[in-house]
Amino acid sequence: MGPLAQPPDSTSSSTPHHDRSSGARLEMTGISVSFGGVAALSDVSLTVEPGQVHGLIGPNGAGKTTLFNVACGLVRPDTGRIVWRGDELRRLRPSQLSRLGIARTLQGVGLFRGLTVLENVMVGAHRHARAGFVSALFAIPTSDRDEARLRARALAALEELEATPYAGRYPDSLPYPVQKRVALARALVSDPDLLLLDEPASGLSEDEMHELGDLIRTLSGRMSVLLVEHHMDLVMRVCDRITVLDSGQQIAAGTPAEVQADPAVTEAYLGDEVDVASDAAALTTSTDGRER
Amino acid sequence: MTQPPDTPVVSTGEISSEAPVQATAAANAPTASAGGGRSFLPANTLLRHLLVLVACAVGAVVLLEITDPFTNSQLAQLTYYAIAAGGLTVLTGLNGQISLGHGALMAVGAYTTALMLDADEPLPLPVVLLAAVALATVVGALVGVAAARLHGPYLAGATLALAVGLPGLAVYYGDLFGGEQGLRVRAPRAPESFESFIDLVSGNPPSATKWLAYVGTICLLITFFLLANLVRSRIGRTWRAVRDQEVAAELAGINLGAWRVLAFVVSAACAGLAGGVLALVVRLAAPSGFTLVLSLALLTAIVIGGLGSLVGVLLGSALLVFLPPFVTDLGADLGLNSTEAAQLAPFVYGLVLVVVMIFAPAGVVGTIRMRWLTARARRAARGAGS
Repeated sequence: MGPLAQPPDSTSSSTPHHDRSSGARLEMTGISVSFGGVAALSDVSLTVEPGQVHGLIGPNGAGKTTLFNVACGLVRPDTGRIVWRGDELRRLRPSQLSRLGIARTLQGVGLFRGLTVLENVMVGAHRHARAGFVSALFAIPTSDRDEARLRARALAALEELEATPYAGRYPDSLPYPVQKRVALARALVSDPDLLLLDEPASGLSEDEMHELGDLIRTLSGRMSVLLVEHHMDLVMRVCDRITVLDSGQQIAAGTPAEVQADPAVTEAYLGDEVDVASDAAALTTSTDGRER
Repeated sequence: MTQPPDTPVVSTGEISSEAPVQATAAANAPTASAGGGRSFLPANTLLRHLLVLVACAVGAVVLLEITDPFTNSQLAQLTYYAIAAGGLTVLTGLNGQISLGHGALMAVGAYTTALMLDADEPLPLPVVLLAAVALATVVGALVGVAAARLHGPYLAGATLALAVGLPGLAVYYGDLFGGEQGLRVRAPRAPESFESFIDLVSGNPPSATKWLAYVGTICLLITFFLLANLVRSRIGRTWRAVRDQEVAAELAGINLGAWRVLAFVVSAACAGLAGGVLALVVRLAAPSGFTLVLSLALLTAIVIGGLGSLVGVLLGSALLVFLPPFVTDLGADLGLNSTEAAQLAPFVYGLVLVVVMIFAPAGVVGTIRMRWLTARARRAARGAGS
């Protein structure tokens, strides 16, 4: 039925699959971004080592989300290099991320409202789809088999996040923490090598946050994780390394212990004499505030 | 993550929220393999859709044979409305792109059919109709590439220009397209096998009207079979994902523009076929047949039926075809003169549209589906509570 015999992005299956031993390392060097003359980031560098959890923290307006958006191609930096698995990423479009083995969750949840939970997660497995437009049009059994495969993948991802009972539900009918789990399942189902988590703990209770922390630790064996998060206790518990931003500048970097001991960090958060961990409580109240 | 997996599914207390909250998505069934419900139909999509196809074909033959010739011609009219609206409901309902230009795409199919049948030795009818589809597909692809960058009112405006401008070409190139009078269409005669088929089934006289109604029905069945396949596959799911959340869809690796163009191309192909059938049934391809009113009629049909639903398309198209003559007859019975009775039809049609939008904002199919999902959730809640 026309010239488009293949679905538009079926080429995704033909791209060579990078082997993981080459190191799922994300290096960002000398990143500077300014919006209309206002510097959002100046000369920030950050490396996510393979299999590690890297935390990105800082007060509101520090530039965390901007750096995050640079990492996934939504914002193009004025200067600086992004190197993923040894290849420089240039002129990256968001739709190419998944093919490169990079998955990202959105602030909030960003689920497809008109799709069931299972369908939401199946869309996340888009890059693993094999059957194309023609087999779907004529309902050739290849299409059914491919769908069954995606469905199995999606169910496995839901199972891992204990969201299987909600498979047939629509997102808006679910409690917020469950929606967040579904969004995470949708990112994990693509089987990424790098997972970018944008405030995964916002809106979660203490217990839920604790479980999320355990989950992130489990994931770190399988993939590298870059985590933007306000909840300091979670960040301190799960991260191998932490980068601290303030007003677009990198003010500290190191292990959680090093960062916590750094006076510059304490200074950035509510002045001196307050230690970072207790400050976290004050910050949690404003976690849903959007940061630009 | 505190809730253990065996927590009763409905625990939020808000039972009505079981269904998708957006009215625009209420009529969308989940893709085949993601549907959770039990079914007596086979799990294999091809087998299931073929079974439904055969059942519908039998139903259509019965319907065409028990009704009088006038109703036959009305049903023929229904087929081309439904084919075009089927494509439009995929574009608008599943992919969220509005088009006011589908009447113009139908014109492309109709003129292609008229010109090709005008040849001294016309090609076989299926080839002619496929050519109509192909040409409309090409035009649709061009429009789709432009449309993929536009949203909401801007897209409506651009496709409106198509609806207004394209029929004008027929007047401008009057030598080829017959100007305002249009082109008369020489519909090919029914083959002998058709006559013997009708003789076998019902013994009714095999008129030309009946033959064209059958041609339209066959086209309708094939189109809906293929569209249903797409809707229930990954393709339909991806279209809906693009409609609901662009950023998340992109992060899942979906190229938004390419998938939007694909939706436009599929719906343009349907419009082309619908135009071809229209030319055959009406026996005329003229600019006055493809005004903005036609495009708007298609839109109202899919909205009344329920966006994204093929069954809804049939309901909406039936309303388009059968309501005006019904109302006119009713007016005549009430003692109005013929002009007044004819003027009553658009009024009642508008009234029906308003009433449906008030009481069934998700369209007929969408509203029924929401009610059903809500009832199911309530039953589940009661079961869990006891």
